[in-house]
Amino acid sequence: MEKNFKQQLMGYMAGNFTCKEVAQLITEYLEGSFSLSQRVRFQMHIGLCLACRNYLRQMKYTVATLGQLPAEPVPPEVKEALMNRFRTWKKEQSSQGSPADSQKPS
Amino acid sequence: MSLFLWPWPSSLFVALGVPTLHDTIQLDEAGMVQALQRGDESVFSAVMEEYSGSLLRLAMSFVPSRAVAEEVVQETWMGVLEGIGRFEGRSSFKTWLFRILTNRAKTRGIREKRYVPFGLPGSDSDGDDGPSLEDSLFVPEGSGEGHWADPPQGWEADTPERALLSKECRLAIEEAISGLPDNQRQVITLRDVEGVSAEEICNILSISETNQRVLLHRARTKVRRVLDPYVRGGKK
Ligand SMILES: [Zn+2]
Repeated sequence: MEKNFKQQLMGYMAGNFTCKEVAQLITEYLEGSFSLSQRVRFQMHIGLCLACRNYLRQMKYTVATLGQLPAEPVPPEVKEALMNRFRTWKKEQSSQGSPADSQKPS
Repeated sequence: MSLFLWPWPSSLFVALGVPTLHDTIQLDEAGMVQALQRGDESVFSAVMEEYSGSLLRLAMSFVPSRAVAEEVVQETWMGVLEGIGRFEGRSSFKTWLFRILTNRAKTRGIREKRYVPFGLPGSDSDGDDGPSLEDSLFVPEGSGEGHWADPPQGWEADTPERALLSKECRLAIEEAISGLPDNQRQVITLRDVEGVSAEEICNILSISETNQRVLLHRARTKVRRVLDPYVRGGKK
């Protein structure tokens, strides 16, 4: 009963974004690709609906967590091999006189 | 001469260590590029330390094994050395780096029969997972249709940093990412793990902005689902 009333109120006020639409459009919202009116409708739904508010927070949390993942460890042999290839490259560059030497005026 | 183009002595980088290098690169990318063009070994070493982990993570989304991904990372750095003389800073260094990796990894992935270019049959071109990923989250029909089947709860229990201290949680996220279709994995890796802008991702992967968002949405939705049991209040 109360839920129905709330649902109606939200439909009226929030231009009919359903909870499912909120879930489907959440990335559009977070990535800033909404128009102003879509943004307002979305925010109104979020303001009235605890479940969707939690879902939005969870999505933000998920994104933040992904951003905190530790770097993929690169084996020291790979780095060593790279430094060796760098030195070879540098030798070739300086024997050819460019571009490692290209700082001098031409 | 080039003496003043690079305001920090290379030894400073070594002294400051890798974490601070990132900030320094942000401050003066042009100086870093010039040092690489000059063949400054300690700058190359520091830049390689800074970005190789990111490159490896992205490479693994294109090729079938870690060993091949490591080779792709090496090839990428060779590509950087070959091309650095022509780098003009029209994109950020990082974007340029990721683009070199993507090109090398695609070539390699085709050879290894894993990577199928976008738009070709069997390429899973939009990472389509059926009608709607959200279907399972909502009550399907009858009374309550369109309502959350299991209303999302607060996740305030822990910060992301704290959540990642749990090895199980971290492995679950890594598995969720590696289980994604390749193109979803590439997009979420670049956007959320590496923090690359949407516009730059379209440039790196040669996809449209709409496609980028669709792939990102599907990937995030799946990772959120995997994360849920680990960060739900009260449960572990
Ligand atoms: Zn809702």
